Amino acid sequence: MSARARRTVAAGISALALAGCVGRSSVLDPAGRYALSLERQWWINLGVTAAVFAIVMAVAARGVWKSRTRGGPRDEVIRPVERHERRGERIVLAALALSALLLAGLGYTDLVARRALKPVTGEPLVVKVTGHQWWWEFEYQDPLPSNAVNSPGALHLPVGRDVRLELVSHDVIHSFWVPNLTGKRDLIPGHPASLMIHATRPGTFVGECAEFCGHQHATMRFVVVCESPARFAAWRTAQSQVPPPPATAETNHGRDVFLASSCMMCHTIRGTGAASRVGPDLTHVGSRPALAGATLPNTQGHLMAWIADPQATRPGVKMPPNALDRDDLVALTAYLTSLR
Amino acid sequence: MSRRGVLPCLPEIALAAALVIASCERERRDFQASTAEAVVARAAPLDTLHAGEDSLPEFLPASMPLSHLGTTYAGRAYDLSEGKRLFSAWNCSGCHGNGGGNMGPPLMDRTWIYGSSPDSVYRSIVRGRPNGMPSFSGRIPQYQVWQLVAYVRSLSGHASFTASPGRSEDMETQVRPENSRRGRAPVDRNHRPEGSR
Repeated sequence: MSARARRTVAAGISALALAGCVGRSSVLDPAGRYALSLERQWWINLGVTAAVFAIVMAVAARGVWKSRTRGGPRDEVIRPVERHERRGERIVLAALALSALLLAGLGYTDLVARRALKPVTGEPLVVKVTGHQWWWEFEYQDPLPSNAVNSPGALHLPVGRDVRLELVSHDVIHSFWVPNLTGKRDLIPGHPASLMIHATRPGTFVGECAEFCGHQHATMRFVVVCESPARFAAWRTAQSQVPPPPATAETNHGRDVFLASSCMMCHTIRGTGAASRVGPDLTHVGSRPALAGATLPNTQGHLMAWIADPQATRPGVKMPPNALDRDDLVALTAYLTSLR
Repeated sequence: MSRRGVLPCLPEIALAAALVIASCERERRDFQASTAEAVVARAAPLDTLHAGEDSLPEFLPASMPLSHLGTTYAGRAYDLSEGKRLFSAWNCSGCHGNGGGNMGPPLMDRTWIYGSSPDSVYRSIVRGRPNGMPSFSGRIPQYQVWQLVAYVRSLSGHASFTASPGRSEDMETQVRPENSRRGRAPVDRNHRPEGSR
């Protein structure tokens, strides 16, 4: 059965039984090599255990049916019948042997799946992933420091190439999980970890934090964009550049508002004097697929609502409300959305 | 009274326990600051405080915006821990160390050059002080300045024991955490520049 057909069958069954499990953020819709081998292993396990379950239930049902008695309970002593006992022994031994064989088989397929989780295609791309409360920071480092890219909330990956993620936590334990691409890996403060990813088809997926980390753990998401190597290279080059100075009077005023109020205490915009690393890097905030832990669409209106009071959508988050004048807020968000 | 055992008294015991537990007050965390609290702190009005003086006694707390927060936050664990987070996030430790002082004066001792009252510390942060303390006027929301004020005072024990931050995970354990420093009476030593008077 081809991969496409298999996916269609999976979609059909899943739509009936596991509604909503296929599609974005679904382990059953693999888009990466490792996710593919994990999904295969999942179906094998499900098939074998479902079959064993059905057999055991059938035998139990037959037993219940066969031991029906008409009338009341019998008073005579029940003695073992030699013929039945011997047959029973043979059946139990056969079932035992079959179980051992099946478990060994499952263990072998598990081994094969694990071996498939090793990197294959040459030099991996290295991305440093830092987990903060409650946002993700992705840094693409480069031997030339001016080419470094800092992309909070959006992880771009080239299709068909191994990517090694260096996982580091800034504060508490988080866990990196992109269901479509690979399994989970914890980010433990003080213990850097690494995780291999290999995207096999382009698409946009959603990743999330899989280890409870505080008030906004549930909204600590990020967007994963898998694209062709050419588009990835173009994106990376664009992100490494300093944005041009603001062109209109409104965006100029917006930049002044950014630098004159509390924004620069926590945020960086390369090309201005603001270089704080407490909060996410805003140098190319206009090009992000989503805002605020991938919970808000990236539009000027949503940005205005977020800046005015982040505690309304994500209470407990570290960013304070900002009591700005309406005109200042409009200019500020116009400036920020112009930073592509 | 005859001995009947505990079981017949169970409803009374349960009632007593429920009353005791209900009286425990849980600290409330207000994440949504009011507009007045979220406005950035601007430089407070000029005062005539000299180095070495305590806060002016005739100063009226009502004239300082939200000055009640200076004492409120001293009893709230969330605000003290936020003050601690902001203290390191905004690099106060760059000059003050973790309270032990470096280029800037220590904050965990009894000597307060410009006064130890919450209002004095507020003004030190917002207006800046001579010889290197920068002004953060227009940069920090009001309520966060008061969180910093409460934390800075907790460094020398002027905050509630139950609310002060505990041991920092990344610090040596020889340093007593904020919640076990006794609040000693502040002493404002006379600090005069060389050559004057």
